[in-house]
Amino acid sequence: MKVLVPVKRVVDANVKVRVKPDQTGVELANVKMSMNPFDEIAVEEAVRLKEKGVATEVVVVSIGEQKSTETLRTALAMGADRGILIKAEGAVEPLAVAKLLAKVAGEEQPQLIVMGKQAIDDDSNQTGQMLAALLGWAQGTFASKVEPAEGEVSVTREVDGGLETVALKLPAVVTTDLRLNEPRYASLPNIMKAKSKPIAEKSPADYGVDVTPRLTTLKVTEPPKRQAGIKVGSVDELIGKLKEVGAIA
Amino acid sequence: MSVLVLAEHDNTGLKDATLAAVTAASKLGGDVHVLVAGQGAQAAADAAAKVEGVAKVLLADDASLANGLAENLAPLLVDLMAGYDALVAPATSFGKNVAPRVAALLDVAQISDITAVEGPDTFQRPIYAGNAIATVQSSDAKKVITVRATAFPKANAAGGSAAVEAVAGKGDAGLSRFVGAELSKSDRPELTSAKIVVSGGRALGSADAFKTVIEPLADKLGAAIGASRAAVDAGYMPNDYQVGQTGKIVAPELYIAAGISGAIQHLAGMKDSKVIVAINKDEEAPIFQVADFGLVADLFQAVPEMTSKL
Repeated sequence: MKVLVPVKRVVDANVKVRVKPDQTGVELANVKMSMNPFDEIAVEEAVRLKEKGVATEVVVVSIGEQKSTETLRTALAMGADRGILIKAEGAVEPLAVAKLLAKVAGEEQPQLIVMGKQAIDDDSNQTGQMLAALLGWAQGTFASKVEPAEGEVSVTREVDGGLETVALKLPAVVTTDLRLNEPRYASLPNIMKAKSKPIAEKSPADYGVDVTPRLTTLKVTEPPKRQAGIKVGSVDELIGKLKEVGAIA
Repeated sequence: MSVLVLAEHDNTGLKDATLAAVTAASKLGGDVHVLVAGQGAQAAADAAAKVEGVAKVLLADDASLANGLAENLAPLLVDLMAGYDALVAPATSFGKNVAPRVAALLDVAQISDITAVEGPDTFQRPIYAGNAIATVQSSDAKKVITVRATAFPKANAAGGSAAVEAVAGKGDAGLSRFVGAELSKSDRPELTSAKIVVSGGRALGSADAFKTVIEPLADKLGAAIGASRAAVDAGYMPNDYQVGQTGKIVAPELYIAAGISGAIQHLAGMKDSKVIVAINKDEEAPIFQVADFGLVADLFQAVPEMTSKL
C-alpha cells in the first residue's frame, strides 16, 4: 500500500517562545525550527510499515514556506521515498491544510494517511479528523498501535480513561500519539541520499484550494505570570505553609 | 443564537467536562441544548435535563452510537447543526476526536480548547504549549468550539428542568468498528477534576515507588495521581495519568510535583493550578520557577515524611 505522511515545520519543542511586544504573534525570527514531534512519529511508523513490507511507497507532504523543504528532507532521510511541497506564505489553518491534503490524496490514492495528532505550535488537534471527514474515510486518532490487516487497519487509541481499539476500513487516516514509536535519527549517509530524492513543488492554486483564514488573530498575549514562590527548608515548614494558605486542612 | 453542546457521558451521568462546556456555551448567549448520543443513555439524558441553563436535551439512542465513533456521530451532528449557530464540545479525547470531523463537514474552522469567551465570535485559546494566549475572532457563520474544562466552572447539575426529545441516529456509516477498551481502574478522584493532584516524575525510578511513595500521600490527601511523560514512558504509570501539553490539563487547588523537573510540555498541563508545590533534589529544576512552595530535598525522604505528618 502507499502511505501518505503530512509533516509540519514548527518551532523546536525545546524552545521557550516569546510573545512579540506588539502582541501580533510570537517571535519566530532566528528561532530553531524542526519537524513537529508527532509528525516524526508518523514518518517513523510509515517507514516501519515499509520495512515490514506492508507499505510499498511513503510519500511525505508539507504545506508552508520554502524552508519546509528542510522538513521534507528530514523525512526523506528517515526513509520516505519522495516529497511534495505546497508553497504557501503565512499560517495556513487546519481546514485549508485538510482541503489541500484531500486533493493530494485524490491524486496519490494512498491506502493510509499517517499524521501527527497535533502540531505543537497552534495546538489545534484538528487536521487529521478534518481530512478524514473531507475524504469520507475512517479516522484512528491518538494512535499508540497501528496494525494493518486485509482491507482494514486496527488502531489502539489513547483515550482519557485508558486505551481503546477500533478497526477501520481502508483507506483510513491515523493520527499518532507519543507512544506509538521512538523515531529514528537519520544517519549521515541517509541524509546525503535524501538530497537526491525528488520533491515536487506545488501551490494551493494548483489544487484550486482557497487558503484564506477563517479566524482572525486579534492579539497574542503572554499568559498571566505566576507570583514568585518561596523555598521552604523542611517538610514541617511546607505543611505549615500549606495550612496557612488553606491548601490542606 | 442557539447552541448545541455535545455531551460526554457514561450512559448513567454526564462527565464533569460536559458541565464546563455548558457554562462556556451559555456565555455565547441564546438557548443551550444538549445532545446525548449513545446506547441506553436515558439516564444521562435525564441528568442533562436537570443541568441549570439547559433549555432542551436531545437523546439519540442507537446501537451505532454506543461507543462514540466519530464516523457515526458526525453525520448526526451535521444534520442537527442546521438548526444551531454553534457546536460546543468538551476538549477531551472524545470531543477532540469528533468536533473537527463535524467542523470540516460544515466547512467551518474549529476553535480548539478555548479558555475564555469574549463574545459570540471571539475566544481566547492557548498556543505554543500555553506559552502564549491567542485571542481569535471567527468569520464563519457557524462556530465549532472545544472547551478546556479547567477554564470554566461546572454548570450546576441540579435546578434545571429541560424536556428530553428523542432524535434518530443516522445508523452505522460502515467505516469503523469498536473492538474493545482497556480502561484504567481507579477508586481515586478523576485526574482532571480532582481538587488535589500528587504527581511523580522520572526520579521515582520505578512503578513500585509510585505505589510506596506517591500513593500513600495521595490517599492521605484524597488526591488524584498524575505523572510526567518521563514516568509514563518509563512504564511507571499508564499513559492516561500523564499531565501536560499532550496529556491531561489539570488545574487543581493543590498540585504537588515530586521528582518532576518541569519541562515546558509538563508545565502546559498544570501551571494554572492554584497552589503548586515542588519537591526536587535539584534546586535548579525549572519547576521551582512556577512553584509557590519549593522544597529542595530527596523525595524518598520528604514525601513519606509529609505523609506521616499529615
